This record gives sequence, C-alpha cells and structure tokens, in this order.
Amino acid sequence: MMAPSGEAPLLIIVPAYNEEGAIAQVIREIQEAQPGVPVLVIDDCSVDSTATLARRAGAHVLSLPHHLGLGGCVQAGYKLAYELGYEYVIRVDGDGQHDPRDIQKIYEVLLKSRCEMVIGSRFVYGDGNHTSLARSLGIRLFRLILRPILGKPVRDPTSGFVGVNRAALSVFSRSFPLEYPEIEALVVLQRKAFRFEEVPCRMRPRRAGKSSITAVKSLYYIIHVLLGVFVNILKYEGRRKRG
Amino acid sequence: MDRLLNVMTFFSVSLIALVLFSVRRSHIRVEYSVSWLGAAVTLLLLSRSRNTLEWLASMLQLTYAPLALLFLVLLVFLVVFYRFSVIISELKDANIALAQKVAILEYRIESVPNNEKVQSTGA
Repeated sequence: MMAPSGEAPLLIIVPAYNEEGAIAQVIREIQEAQPGVPVLVIDDCSVDSTATLARRAGAHVLSLPHHLGLGGCVQAGYKLAYELGYEYVIRVDGDGQHDPRDIQKIYEVLLKSRCEMVIGSRFVYGDGNHTSLARSLGIRLFRLILRPILGKPVRDPTSGFVGVNRAALSVFSRSFPLEYPEIEALVVLQRKAFRFEEVPCRMRPRRAGKSSITAVKSLYYIIHVLLGVFVNILKYEGRRKRG
Repeated sequence: MDRLLNVMTFFSVSLIALVLFSVRRSHIRVEYSVSWLGAAVTLLLLSRSRNTLEWLASMLQLTYAPLALLFLVLLVFLVVFYRFSVIISELKDANIALAQKVAILEYRIESVPNNEKVQSTGA
C-alpha cells in the first residue's frame, strides 16, 4: 500500500478512462519528474488495457467497479488519499495533456503559499495553446461569472491540473461535484473560505484517443456548470442561515 | 364528457391493478408504489364524482369540467415524477459512494501481503 512518507507526503493521482494509448507514457514521465512519489491511477472502469498498462508502468491502481464519470473518479482518489493520511495530492490527467515537469511548481506553491488549492493554468502568461475556440469562449464566460463569486480573477477555471492540501482533501472526500467538477470545485472551496493560486503550466495536445467533448456537449457543459455554480451558492447560504 | 370520464376510470383502475401486480411480483418496492396508488385512487375518485369535478372546474374557471381532471392528472404526475427524481438522485449518490468504497476496500485487500491474508484466514 502507498504509505505516506516524509514531512509533506505527496500523492499524484491520475484519473483515467480508456487511456491505454497514453497512460504508460504519462506514468513514466511523472516518475521521471517526481522520483519516489507514489502515483495512483484511478481507472474509471475502462474497457481497454488502461489498468494493466498502468500497473505494468509501476503505478498503484484503484479500479472502480463501474463507470462513475470524472468527478466520481477523482473523488475516489481523494478519498483514498485522505484515508491513507496524505497531506498533498496533485491531479494529472491520463491523456498526456499535462506536462509532469510542472508538478514540482504546483507542489512548491502548495507548500509555500499554504493555499488549499493550486491550479496549473495555461493562461497565466497568456499562452492558451491547444485550446479549441469553443473551449476558449467557454473559459472567458466562466472567468466573467466566477470573478465576483470568487472575489479574485481565475484565468483557467477548467484546468484539471490541480493540487490540493489536506484541508481541501477533507472537504472533497465528503463532497465533490460529479460531472465537470473543476469549476464547481472552485466554488465549493470558496464557500469554505479557502484560497487558491494559479501557476503557469504547459499544456500539450492529447497523446492518444480523442476528446469526448462535442459542440452539443459543450452547450450542455455550460448550462450544467452554470446551474452547479448557482446551486452551490444557494447551498452555502442555506447552511449559514441554519448555523 | 361521460366517455372521457369513463376512459379515465378505466385508466385509473388499470393503473391500480398494474401497480398492485408489480408490487406482488416485486418489480416495485411497496414504498415506491404508494405515490402511484395515491395518484391512481385520486383520479378514480374524481372521475366518478361529477359534482366535485364541476366544483373544481368552476374554481379554475374552466367551462368544460373534464379539463379540470386532465389538469389534475398533469399536476399529480408532475409531483410523482419530481418525487422519483429525488429518489433517483439519492440512489445515484449512494451508488457512487458504494462504488468508491468497494474500489478502496479492494485496493486495501490487494495491498495486504499474501502471507498476512493466509494468517488472518487461518485465524
């Protein structure tokens, strides 16, 4: 079992669904960038060889019994990390778009800033490579909406390259948005008066497979996330009143 | 008017029979049959009570009384669908939590060295 070690034990989690074309390379790159740091692949009931290839590459694998979607998959990793006693968790996507050499930057900011969440952002230096027009427009819309809610600008609210500390782990292991979790997770943290920082990170094209996001899904994504954001705000107000 | 009310009576009786049959066959759990039975009995009573229906129609300012019944059908089924949406959401949350728990337990069991597994089985 992955026992936490050191003063600030770090776990890297990789949610993956049918990523057999990329997963082994992603794990090798993480191990090169962060030698000795355990890597946990959460296999969201892939129908291909993702789990086998991940184990062969040296990762620990948490195999979900059926497909839960991204939020449920990531939350399973957070729950295990919290149960095992990890202080920090950094999520790297299994499709190879995140550059594992940036993990160290996220980890250092987590340690120094004592923020609950650090986001690896492709836009901090204005570099939004490998982002489709539809996604760019969506990101701009969410920046506008989130600015007053979060009380500070967020440049890349849809980034999945995210590090969290144990306080955020505690919250997310109990409550985490299930579909399209990144933006709603920011609001959940804000409602707890937690802080976040962004650090510039490189994004690369997918190594294998293709994105599941179509034009129709993009529209559904925007509506779903907007609803999720406002529901989270309402939840917060209700709890405050009861408290 | 009579024909529509008779059709509604037939539909209500059929719905009650279907729900009872499903409960008997364990296709629906008893607690989830209550909403359907309540809805079906309400429709049955209204379809057989012309005075109540006409009073309801006048309250809603409808000139054709059976429209009140159709309006009620819509309301009742919306409430039932809402109730089932709540139940499905609760079930989905429970299902996700269970799936995550199963995965974590499996991971923990697989992580136990084989000799420890044998010892605990022997004990």
